[in-house]
Amino acid sequence: MTPIASNLAAQRAAAAYVSAIFASAGALPIEADVLQPAGTLLDLYGEDIRARAYVTSDPMRGELMLRPDFTVPAVLGHLESAQGMMRYTYSGAVFRKQEDDPDRPAEFLQVGYEVMGAEDAAAADAEVFALVKRALGHAPVRAAIGDIGLLRAATQGLQTTERRKRALLRHLWRPRRYRALMERFGGSAAVPAGREALLAALRGSSAAALVAAAGPQNGKRRAGEVEARLLALAEDAETPPIPERELRMIEDLLAVRDNPRAALERLRDIAVDMPVIEPAVERLALRLSALEAQGVDLDVIEFETTFGRSSMEYYDGFVFGFYAGSRADLPPVASGGRYDALTAALGRPVPAVGGVIRPDVLAALGAGGSI
Amino acid sequence: MTLKLGLPSKGRLMDKAFDWFGDRGCAIALSGGAREYAAAMEGQPDVEVVLLSAGEIPRELAAGRIHLGVTGTDMVRERIGHWQDAVAQIAPLGFGQADLVIAVPQFWVDVTGLDDLDAAAAAFRAQHGHRLRIATKYHRLVREFLRAAGVADYQLVDSQGATEGTVKNETAEAIADITSTGETLRANHLRILDCEPILRSQATLWRARAGDWDGGAREIWQSLAGKLGLDPKR
Repeated sequence: MTPIASNLAAQRAAAAYVSAIFASAGALPIEADVLQPAGTLLDLYGEDIRARAYVTSDPMRGELMLRPDFTVPAVLGHLESAQGMMRYTYSGAVFRKQEDDPDRPAEFLQVGYEVMGAEDAAAADAEVFALVKRALGHAPVRAAIGDIGLLRAATQGLQTTERRKRALLRHLWRPRRYRALMERFGGSAAVPAGREALLAALRGSSAAALVAAAGPQNGKRRAGEVEARLLALAEDAETPPIPERELRMIEDLLAVRDNPRAALERLRDIAVDMPVIEPAVERLALRLSALEAQGVDLDVIEFETTFGRSSMEYYDGFVFGFYAGSRADLPPVASGGRYDALTAALGRPVPAVGGVIRPDVLAALGAGGSI
Repeated sequence: MTLKLGLPSKGRLMDKAFDWFGDRGCAIALSGGAREYAAAMEGQPDVEVVLLSAGEIPRELAAGRIHLGVTGTDMVRERIGHWQDAVAQIAPLGFGQADLVIAVPQFWVDVTGLDDLDAAAAAFRAQHGHRLRIATKYHRLVREFLRAAGVADYQLVDSQGATEGTVKNETAEAIADITSTGETLRANHLRILDCEPILRSQATLWRARAGDWDGGAREIWQSLAGKLGLDPKR
């Protein structure tokens, strides 16, 4: 077995090989500082990013992070200077803390390809996937794809209050929390301890009186905010549960896992009862056709509705990964997807899709132009 | 060859640790003046007592620079990655009990559990334009706990002391800290969230997995363990 990160020359050769393929597709090479301002990343990802990225600081610039990826700086650069459609490529080291798995490298190369501002989403999705696949050459990998847009559409279409939908959408990328909320809103999970007593107290007195009686105000969260949430809780207690059949349809949707054509048929069946997902399902159909038009053989790909869901926050449509079939110990050799939600969170909703390849994994597979 | 035993260098934790060994026939006394950080175990010249800040004992254990150490579970879990690989827990010592808890202002009647904290954090962020801040010195433990609970839209701010005051000073909206009686929290108009504590901590005797155990240290430990009534194989 070739250990990862022990063969720098092979990794650099693999990176150069992949870079050349991305550049030949018309991508503009871009760079990014190793030291990135921490504020932007913390704002996007919260505390979780501290568990994954190295944080440092100096007295002048404040908190900085060793770049955990190129996507955020690439998007910021695009939003600042570019109009219309652009293709970008980059190659360089990224830095990730490995608190859970000290055997994985904390510094590794990434070569990426990003398409921003493309009007035809299906074509751009297929272009990125097909190019990444081509750059992997004959490496022994298997591919998986998914579409987080399906669950988003289904959630948006639930028969319930906007507040409940917002709560669910906020946790789209946290499967356990999403499920817990679903069980609550569906009436199958018990109301949290203390909630009943609180609601009873609220029936006997005003929110303001309840808050005032509980203690002096301290801190930046004001009494008005506490009262507003109390009223929201009272309103939510009166909201009927999400119908059982809608919960089941979400379960059905999340369970779809098959080759892409069969998955599409299954999703179309589900969409008969759940018409709100129809546009998302048709987007998937267009994407699959676009992939075939790019010469991608769909039969060797697996589709999973939940693919990438827990690890790819802000990816809100097509997602994909390539894995070393025989080496379960290795991280994905390539991954990517559509992150329109990320560009929106960074300032301007620009359609964007991209993928990265890890030359270290490619080299460990003995691939990357060498076979 | 000596066996190095790291003990907290001051305060109740030091006194209680000395008492614990003393109660088991291994009296420890400060060997210099009261201000000198030097101590010795009576009748055990081959045990070298090293007085250290309780917060540094995990690091010294992980590096194998001391063979044994007494410090809180909280310190070991916060400061050593993969702590089970670095230290073995020999025995809880029955003192220094404290829970690591999350506390919010008492008047937040809408927030009783973690689900509420998550919902309040979302609303707070929308209202104030920044994440709900939780002051703590236990970054790793709190982060892992909140991630497992699916709490989002918060951020941790570092507080190495007087953490209960950060809410009133508006440098944080909530806190995560060690408490034994909850008195300081109540005095600062804070209330513990209605959920299991992040960690129940107490002073514990640890053994370093790294370090030089050959050349005598192992034998000294086995004889000391016998005296203390502990399992020498741990």
